[in-house]
Amino acid sequence: MAAYALKRLLQTVPTLLLVSAAVFALIRLVPGDPAQLMLGDAADAAEIAELRRHLGLDEPIPVQFVYWLGRALVGDLGRSITNELPVLPLILERFQVTATIVIVAVALAAAIAVPAGMAAAWRQNSPGDLLIVAGATLLLSIPSFWLGLLLLLFFGLKLGWLPVIGYVPFSEDVGQAVRYVILPVATLVLVETGVIVRMARASTIEVLRLEYITHARAKGVPEGLVLWRHALPNAFAPTWTLIGLILGNLLGGIAVVETVFTLPGLGRLLVDSIFARDYPVVQGCLLLTAFVYVVVNLVVDLCYPLFDPRVSAE
Amino acid sequence: MKANALIGGTLVGLLAATALTAAVWTPFDPLAIDLRARLEPPSARHWLGTDEFGRDVLSRIMAGAGTSTLIALSTVVVAVGAGAVVGVVAGYLRGSTDRILMAVNDALLAFPGILLALGLMAVVGPTTYGLVLALGIAYAPSVVRVVRGTVLSIREKEYIEASRMIGDSGVYTMVRHVLPNCVAPLTVLATNLFGTVVLAESALSFLGLGVPPPAPTWGNMLAASRPYMEAAVWLSLAPGLCIALTLVGVNLLGDALRDRLDPRMAVA
Amino acid sequence: MTGTGPAPLLEVERLRLVAAGPEPLVDDLTFDVGRGEVVALLGESGSGKTLAARAILRLLPPGVRQVGGRITLDGEDLASLPPSRLRRLRGAAVGMVFQEPMVSLNPALTVGAQMAEGLRLHTRLTRAEIRERCLAMLRRVQIADPERCLGAFPHEFSGGMRQRIMLASAMLLRPKLLIADEPTTALDTLTQREVLDLLVELTRDHGTAVLLITHNLRLVARYAQRAVVLRRGALVEAGPAAEILSRPRDPYTRQLIEALPRRGPARPLRREEPPVIVAENLSVVFPGRRRFLRTTPGRTAVDRVSLAVYPGEIVAVVGGSGSGKTTLGRAILRLVPASGGTIRFRGEDLLTAGPEAFRRFRLACQMVFQDPYSSLDPRMRIGDIVAAPLRHLPEMSRAARRARVAEVLDEVGLAGFERRYPHELSGGQRQRVAIARAIVRRPAFVVADEPVSALDMTIQQQVLALFTSLQKQYRFACLFISHDLAAVEQIADRVLVMQQGRIVESGTRDEVFDRPQHPYTRALLRAALMTEGPSAAAG
Repeated sequence: MAAYALKRLLQTVPTLLLVSAAVFALIRLVPGDPAQLMLGDAADAAEIAELRRHLGLDEPIPVQFVYWLGRALVGDLGRSITNELPVLPLILERFQVTATIVIVAVALAAAIAVPAGMAAAWRQNSPGDLLIVAGATLLLSIPSFWLGLLLLLFFGLKLGWLPVIGYVPFSEDVGQAVRYVILPVATLVLVETGVIVRMARASTIEVLRLEYITHARAKGVPEGLVLWRHALPNAFAPTWTLIGLILGNLLGGIAVVETVFTLPGLGRLLVDSIFARDYPVVQGCLLLTAFVYVVVNLVVDLCYPLFDPRVSAE
Repeated sequence: MKANALIGGTLVGLLAATALTAAVWTPFDPLAIDLRARLEPPSARHWLGTDEFGRDVLSRIMAGAGTSTLIALSTVVVAVGAGAVVGVVAGYLRGSTDRILMAVNDALLAFPGILLALGLMAVVGPTTYGLVLALGIAYAPSVVRVVRGTVLSIREKEYIEASRMIGDSGVYTMVRHVLPNCVAPLTVLATNLFGTVVLAESALSFLGLGVPPPAPTWGNMLAASRPYMEAAVWLSLAPGLCIALTLVGVNLLGDALRDRLDPRMAVA
Repeated sequence: MTGTGPAPLLEVERLRLVAAGPEPLVDDLTFDVGRGEVVALLGESGSGKTLAARAILRLLPPGVRQVGGRITLDGEDLASLPPSRLRRLRGAAVGMVFQEPMVSLNPALTVGAQMAEGLRLHTRLTRAEIRERCLAMLRRVQIADPERCLGAFPHEFSGGMRQRIMLASAMLLRPKLLIADEPTTALDTLTQREVLDLLVELTRDHGTAVLLITHNLRLVARYAQRAVVLRRGALVEAGPAAEILSRPRDPYTRQLIEALPRRGPARPLRREEPPVIVAENLSVVFPGRRRFLRTTPGRTAVDRVSLAVYPGEIVAVVGGSGSGKTTLGRAILRLVPASGGTIRFRGEDLLTAGPEAFRRFRLACQMVFQDPYSSLDPRMRIGDIVAAPLRHLPEMSRAARRARVAEVLDEVGLAGFERRYPHELSGGQRQRVAIARAIVRRPAFVVADEPVSALDMTIQQQVLALFTSLQKQYRFACLFISHDLAAVEQIADRVLVMQQGRIVESGTRDEVFDRPQHPYTRALLRAALMTEGPSAAAG
């Protein structure tokens, strides 16, 4: 187990290196001089030259990368062009908003979807199964931003139950904060439930076909226990991976949902920075996103042996 | 599950028909502004009403279907083309080529598809061509994964060894035996990818980073409808419903294809 | 059927099972099992034997329904029982042992948890008592270190060990009836014998009756008192096992018995021509995997093996699983790189010869693979599959190729199959296609790797007969790799016995089968039931 964990941990190093290289390269690929782009059209030649020297743009590209990476490693991701603030605290603050919503939403979605998917698989092709599958397919087909708009229209504008736009940090007023995140969380829960239900159902169907399930039944194990003790741990393994992927993906930014509900999240920050050509912030957002994704996957994989003892043995 | 294929096929067929019709005819010019007829509710003249500039929503929906289909198709071609080549090469050659390609691929996979596309849009600029390129690059890594996995499993089949025994060269084996057997999983993948890309494109357009206005897409129509959500609800309903129906169709068709082409089903 | 004495333990009357198709899967099946008796349900694939057995505990797969008949256990009608009552019988009164040891134990639960489950559900024993019983039973089925076994996961055990664990788990509850569904088919010959002996011994001690589902006539002969022969869901013949095997009444049963391989007359060894292929001190070492900071040691699959195959003879390589026989075949064909030694084809050393010599060798050799489902490209037509090797004979005209393909397909009994796809063919037909592909270029040397072991008995016999007649006709040299000693006895001229990568015994067929020298050969022969089996009686 320790060897597996260590091996898996070491595997992330090259991935993170390549991820940083990709982010670095992306900004270098922007046509034109980065210094010029960063300072905007109003800058004069002296300013640009100064920034070029500061950014090390006179050095060869690999050297620039090493400098940049070295600074990134100690948490220096540069300063925002628009408001001169250091990038790291800025994106971390925004990330908190996104992370709160996403983690709650994915946890809720998994709690609803896994039992629903297993129940559907248990009674495969029954009317209940068809209903669940049809519902899930419909849910995952609805674009999250449209679903968000509809919820907003109905619960916010028509019924007036919930605030329409804005955000209150949990640190200020928990009650208000909850009211503001209900709709975004509900949007994400609905969409992701569709995805997870289908996966949980498919993997449970696979597992229920296997001989050890018949073996358990042949021992006289009641159906509830067959599902809970024998099917769940095995069927949950692939679903767990999917949940990790969803989490990793959403944590990187739910730009559209944040746009619909005007939440100050990471995704919205990225979009705004792209419009503002605030490249240090764009770089920071992408780097954090990929970093979070890699870490989430690492955690998912490290938990995997809990469901499938074969993994750590290999 | 014949119903899957039927409903999915009908919806996707409807999309294709709409897109093709829009290429030659729409009830009104989707770009024609008529400020006297702003925000009109659905009527006999404008079936789906008009938007804030008095443009006919039905015509814009139809034109949007054309744009979305075209972008999604081109993106699927780019992503599947590039992904299949890299996946087959990595899976067939194995060794250090495979390791290097997959390391880069894994790094790209660490960016959620839509964010990578967002980042790339920052580089290539908001044009239709740039959008296809950005989405194509963003979704190619997942194609690489699937194709490589398929190739690895095909390599283990005894008919590949039989081909070697016959005296076939490696390239011949790849072209004659490995590639044709990748077609079925690739078809399923391409179908699902089409849906993903329609969604991603509309999301980018919704954010204002996709197809630039005034060209209509479902995504930017939804974005434009936001201020009029209460006053003109049809503006939000029509494009959203179109995206949802397209995705339902594509997902059902994908399920039907998978059931039909799944090798485990074929053997039985 | 048993006639006298007390009522039988299990009575199945006029059982009828259907699925979506028009034909019933099991139709009008009647049989019984007496207390403490071993009854075999014998049939080939598709005979419905497994379904019939699963119907007893209502464990039918989804889509299969029982639409007629009665099943009574100890006078109780199982069909009329409510699910909760039936569950109390499952495991407690009727135990089950499954075929595939790799998928019948839950990979996510420890062996101890799975063994204890039955006792927890059906008895009021305390935790400590349950543990004691489990340990005692594991000791009984000869598991080394039972303490550790309880805490281990199934994947840590070999197939034979898992089958013992499953048997132990079923017998813990001392059921009145044990349903054993092909319990040893997935195991190699030696393990098969050990597990079955254990099963019979254990059930005899507990007075448990056994319903043994099998396709293997030899097992029936050795272990069953009575046998029920099934074909396509219907009963063909039933009665005392010995009687059915020695005096079969039904033509199908007779066909099954005739399908048992038996020894043909020995062919004189020909040595006038030089050998086609010679291997000397051939070794194959699979490199160890590079792990974090260290490399695991490599595994020697083939260890300094020397052999020669002469034109027109069949040399069999036999051995249990893991003996290295498959790797040896692939190494000789250069499909797996050799780590040491030499291979000479018609006198040319292949490891040092240039690409042209290697090409000559490649074009003159062929292979027949084990799995007829994996060895044919599913997207190619049969005609194209068989014609593929001819692509490398540029001197052949298109018409000549077509004619050759038609001729070869005719020879394997598949005339006119050119336009079909592999999935339209049965397993036996597919293997015929594989043989046609192997001989279409008139090879000098063919390696056949378990070419019939994936097929049904009667089909095995047909394919084996076809293979030998073609071998006789075209006189190619053949290396026949098999774990099935019966098949080897039927067709081999010479036999090499492999154990742990080495050849431990070699000789002519009669020498090896009649006067085995090495203890491993003797154990293999004993396990293959050759001494007590019906082939000895019939042959």
